[in-house]
Order: sequence, then C-alpha cells, then structure tokens
Amino acid sequence: MGTFPRHRLAAVALAAAGALLVTSGCGGSDDAGDGDITLTVDVFGQLGYEQLYREYEDANPGVKIVERGTGGNLDEYSPKLTQWLAAGKGAGDIVAIEEGLMVEYKANPDNFVNLLDHGAAELKGNFLEWKWNQGLTADGQKLIGLGTDVGGMAMCYRTDLFEKAGLPTDRDEVSKLWPTWPDYIATGEKFKAANTGASFLDAATNTFNTIVLQTAGNAQGYHYYDTSNNLVVDSNPAVKQAWDTTMRIINAGLSGKYGSWSEEWVSAFKQAKFATIACPAWMTGVIEGNAGPEAKGKWDIARVPGDGGNWGGTHLAVPTQSKHQAEAIKLAKFLTSPQGQIGAFKAKGPLPSSPQALDDPAIAEATNPYFSDAPIGTIFAAGAKTLKPVYMGPKNQAVRTEVENAVRTVELGQRTPDQGWQDAIANAKKAAAK
Amino acid sequence: MALQLDARPPATPGPRDTRLRRAGRLSRIDAKYSPYLYIAPFFLVFAVFGAWPLAYTLWVSLHDWDLLGSNPTFIGADNYTQLLADSDFWHSVVNTLGIFVISTVPQLLLALWLANMLNRQLRFRTGWRMAVLVPNVTSTAAVAIVFGVLFGREFGMINWLLDLVSVDPIGWKSNRFASWVAISAMVDWRWTGYNALIFLAAMQAIPRDLYEAAAIDGANRARQFWTITVPLLKPTIIFCVIISTIGGLQLFTEPRLFHSGTNPIRGGTLRESQTVTMYMFENAFAPYYNFGYGSAVAWLLFALIAIVAAINVLIIRRLGAGAKPDTGRKGGSR
Repeated sequence: MGTFPRHRLAAVALAAAGALLVTSGCGGSDDAGDGDITLTVDVFGQLGYEQLYREYEDANPGVKIVERGTGGNLDEYSPKLTQWLAAGKGAGDIVAIEEGLMVEYKANPDNFVNLLDHGAAELKGNFLEWKWNQGLTADGQKLIGLGTDVGGMAMCYRTDLFEKAGLPTDRDEVSKLWPTWPDYIATGEKFKAANTGASFLDAATNTFNTIVLQTAGNAQGYHYYDTSNNLVVDSNPAVKQAWDTTMRIINAGLSGKYGSWSEEWVSAFKQAKFATIACPAWMTGVIEGNAGPEAKGKWDIARVPGDGGNWGGTHLAVPTQSKHQAEAIKLAKFLTSPQGQIGAFKAKGPLPSSPQALDDPAIAEATNPYFSDAPIGTIFAAGAKTLKPVYMGPKNQAVRTEVENAVRTVELGQRTPDQGWQDAIANAKKAAAK
Repeated sequence: MALQLDARPPATPGPRDTRLRRAGRLSRIDAKYSPYLYIAPFFLVFAVFGAWPLAYTLWVSLHDWDLLGSNPTFIGADNYTQLLADSDFWHSVVNTLGIFVISTVPQLLLALWLANMLNRQLRFRTGWRMAVLVPNVTSTAAVAIVFGVLFGREFGMINWLLDLVSVDPIGWKSNRFASWVAISAMVDWRWTGYNALIFLAAMQAIPRDLYEAAAIDGANRARQFWTITVPLLKPTIIFCVIISTIGGLQLFTEPRLFHSGTNPIRGGTLRESQTVTMYMFENAFAPYYNFGYGSAVAWLLFALIAIVAAINVLIIRRLGAGAKPDTGRKGGSR
C-alpha cells in the first residue's frame, strides 16, 4: 500500500468520482422520464402475464417490466403489500389485490391512484358489472382496481383413482354423479369403500369455502358480512347450511385432512393421495404446478356439485407511491383488457372477468392438455356471465380464516362439530372486533 | 543576540506560555471528552435503530392504529387492558415459556457436557470443536423448513420411524406438547454447539493446577467437574442463560416456518405453538393490521423478557452461592 504511486491513487479517485457523476446522471434522466423505465408488478399465485409483458415491452420501447411474487401464496403476499403501503415505500408500480381483501384496501383509497381520473370510466363495459363494482369505493367516486379474473367453479378429479374405485371416469358421467352436495358425499362413500389408499378430497376447508360461496351467492349474495357490513356469521343460514354439509363430509371420513396450501398438501398432490378437489378456474394452474408433469392426463374436470359459485379473483391497482403512475396505469389497462385476459387465460387459466373475452372463440374453444384435454373454456366460461358474486365485508379475510380454522379443528378431531361451530362464531366476532 | 534579548522585555516566553497552557487545556479537554466521542457512534446508531423504535412502539401502542389508516386515535392504555384480558395472548405466553424451558434447559446441560468432552485430550480435537458449530451456520429458515417436513403428520420421517417400531403416528403440529418438543428440537439442534463453544472457551481459562490439586486430593472427574468447572463457569453460564432467554422468548422463525399452509402465523389450528412474537405479528400485520395492539404485545414481551431474565439470574446466583461465594460476587457484578 505504501508503495502505491500517488498519481495512480489520484487517477483512481478521479475515475470513481467520474463514475459517480455518470450514475447520478442516469438517475436524473430516469426521473425525468425520457430514459428507460422499469415497471414492477407485484402478484401472488399465477396470473399468467409473462407473454403479455414481452408483447407490451415490444410495443413500448423503453419500458421494462419485472414481476415479483410469482407462485407465492396470498397469506405471505398481503401483509407485505400492507406494509409497503403503510411505509409509503416498497410497493410495485402495479399491485394485485385479491377480492377478499379489496374492501380493506378500499377503506383507505388514498393509497391508490383513482383510475377514474385517468380515463378508466370508458372501460366499464369491458368488465362484468359486479367485478367492476368491486374495484369501486363505497361512494362510487374512486376506482382503485381493474378486474383481472373471476373464480368460476368446477370439480377437478383424478381419473386413475376413479377407475381404481370402479367409478366412471368420463367427465360428463362424473358430472352426473353429483348434481348436489349430498350426491357428492354419496359418491365419496362409494369411493371410500373401494379402499384405493387415497382420500376422496384434499381438505374440508377448501370444500367448505366452495359450498359457502355457492350457497351465499344463490341466496342473499353475502356470507360473513351483510351488505351493510354487519357481521352475520351466526345468523346467516347460508353459512350454517354450508357448515352442516361440510360436517357431513367430515363425518363420512372423506377428507384427507391435508391442510390446504401446506407442504403436506403439495406432497399429497404429488403422491395422488386424494381424488377430488374443489376447483375454481385459477386452481387448475395450482394443480398442474403441485402434481407435476408426471400426473399430466390423469386429471380431469367435471361440474361442481350444487349450482355455480365464485371463489377468488383479483384486481390490479396502482399505488400512489409509484414513481411511474402514468406508465403503470397504461400497463394495468393493457393487462386487464379483454385481449390481456385472454392471454392470461391461455397461459395459466385464470378465467376472464370481461364479457367480451368470455365470448371470444379463443376461450370458448380452449382445452387444457394437462386435464385430459378438458374443454376448460366451456366448463368455466359457461357459468361465469351468470355468476352470482358474494359480497365481502371489511374484515372478510380475518373472519374467513377463523371459520375455516374451526372447520379444520373438527376435521382433525380436536373439536366436535358443535364445539367447532361455537368456536367459529366466537372467534369470528373477536376477529371482526380487532 | 544577547543585546537583542536584553532589549526586549521577557515577552517571548509569554505567548509560548499561554500556548502551552492552551495546549494543556486542550489535552485535558481531549482526555476528558474524546472517549465520549469515540463511543458516540454506537449510541447514535442505537438511538436511531434501538431507542427511537422502542419509544415509537410505545407511542403507537397507546393508539387505535390501523396499519393502513391515516389518522390513529389516542386511546391511552386501552390496548394494554384489552391485552391483559386476552386469552390468546396468555396462551401464546405459555407456549413461549413452555418452548423456552423445553429447549433451553436440555440445551445448556448438553452444551456443558459437550464442552467438557471437547476439553479433554481427543484425536482431531479442532475438527470436533468446529463440527459442533456447523448447525449454527445453516440458515434458520432452511432448518425450520426441513424440520417441518421431518415432523409431518403423514409424510414425515419421524412418524415413519415411529411406525417402524410400531408407535402410532404423532400429530406433531396439532398436539400442543408434541409441537413444543419438535420446535425445541430444532432450536437445540442449532444452538447447542454454539453454547458449547462458549463454555469451552471459558473452561480453557480455568487454571490446570486446580484440577491437579483436586486430583491429588483424590477427586474423580465428575467431582472435579461439579466443584471446580461449574462454579468457575458461572459468569459464562449466566451469560449463556441471558442470551438464551432473550433468543428463546423472541422465538419466531422456527415455529413460524414449522407450520405451512393457510395462516401459519397462528401456529396451528388451536394456536398450539404460537409464540408471543407470532401473536404480535398476527395482530400488527396479517390478518388484523392492528398496529397499536401489536405494539402493545411487543412492550409486554419486553417486560416478560426482563422478568424472566431477572428470575434466571437470581436462580443461578442462588445455585452457585453455596458452591463458591467469591465467584458469586463476580457473577453478580456483570
């Protein structure tokens, strides 16, 4: 070090200073908006945008898109998003918001750009009416999210296990096995009697959520909260009815008790440990990811017992903290356009929330090779336009967690059905009050 | 020269004198205050990353503060009174203490024993000593995920082994005590070696002649261990106990990642292994986003750690007091 020539040291210092100048120069031009910009999109699960990003980048030179959180689960994503919003820093330029959490985020609309100020009003016709309204604040003055997908319902099943149990494997015949949930349970009992070594379904919580959304959608259109945001877990007959049906499923011993989204659940997919799973459109991508390529062609899709229903669905919002709001809004509009929704559907299966997209032949004729070439377009899109949505109240996510958790305690034998129901009500009330 | 000197009044020494005096004053100031300057960086960093968050958390805990909401309302000690009556909070306190006891006691005893073994003449001594630290180098998240799989209900290796010896499978995640044991196992796997090395370092500082004298007096190895090694290790043991207390009561990653699936922050359907830090997270962040309530949990956790640490120190001081009074004082002065 001592022998290091002084002039060389000076040269290094100069070079470093020069580099600093150059980088700060770059930063400046970035802010001014005339250089390349990077748009970050925060998602959970599989929204299927990869191809669309490339198209957009080609059409808009100077824009680079990075997606974060692909494949992650909602329980990990939503606290992060909330922290970013609370801190005023860290969120992407576009963020995905799941419908169950929408009401919570809408309560503080200032965190998001009001898309109505940016010409979104004319896009209203591109979305199913209820989907559009979900993104709108209670007073109808602000639109914080543009709809992506809806969660039309079906029942996915493993043909190899059905064959082993001596049940029909053709999707139309399977659909005929269970017009109603009691029929589904009866089929399950037959399946169980055949001793295939697998359970009939994955976890009672998933089935419960399907049933409750379906019964509520067909009845008053709300489940845990009524439309005036009163907690009605204990008084809403739709919830109790779904609970009782689920208890029958548990009592019949049909559940494999693989806690949904847990590592065991994923292993159970891999090892073919259950034969059916309640299957909103977006679930097809999850099944494919969990069961892996070796199960290709062993899954198929039948209609869901009961009538219709919707589980899940997402909106895209632009946080006010984004430095590139204008570009982000443009991208969000592109991704949620009918064409964008069709592209996403083809890639990962989330069902469009745009009537134009649902009518598009690209959807109507779509089949999924992983699911034995099931015509996913007709299966899911058929019910989507007449779909009866369920209203989600302010603490929907927390309340839902408590009720499903109570289902799980019964499933694991930690509580009797009656105790479980009492727990569900008490804990839901506690959660709503927090 | 002389003339010149004479011609001038003795003024030259004057400024020199004041300069000297000034230098003296400077050096006194230097000696007096610069140590503060030298330690200032730590306290500045602590103020920013330690004291300020602490005070801010206290401030937040006095509010009804929705994480996303824009105007929190001051509610005084309401969060605390509500929390003290919250059965789920106390449940998490019991879990935390339970896991703490089940993990720390065997861990420190095992570490002591390991250190004692490593202190002997062994082949490949350095190798063994390094090997015990290896688990500590692995990432906590990786450890927790692997253990979470090992302790799986249906596909876990532990239950498979139990099955080989015809023991019924254990619901490691849905049985409260079993989940404590499983989590303690992963804490111990990770931290035993670390504590053993600290003990070992302290053991090597014990003068050999004490053992020689004891051996001449006819004390066997066990006797030497309990009457020489352990009492002289007391300050180190207190250190390890306090560090383990702080770590044990703040346990988060292991129990959090032990559970997977929906809402793992609950630590099992009936909160079987939800620790206080997990309860804090559940309230401050998902799914409740009640920042004020979560902050109140954080402050009560702080109080809990202070109490448990004080009890620990008392117990250990009492234990050692009989064996060797001098070191008792030494331990107390730390």
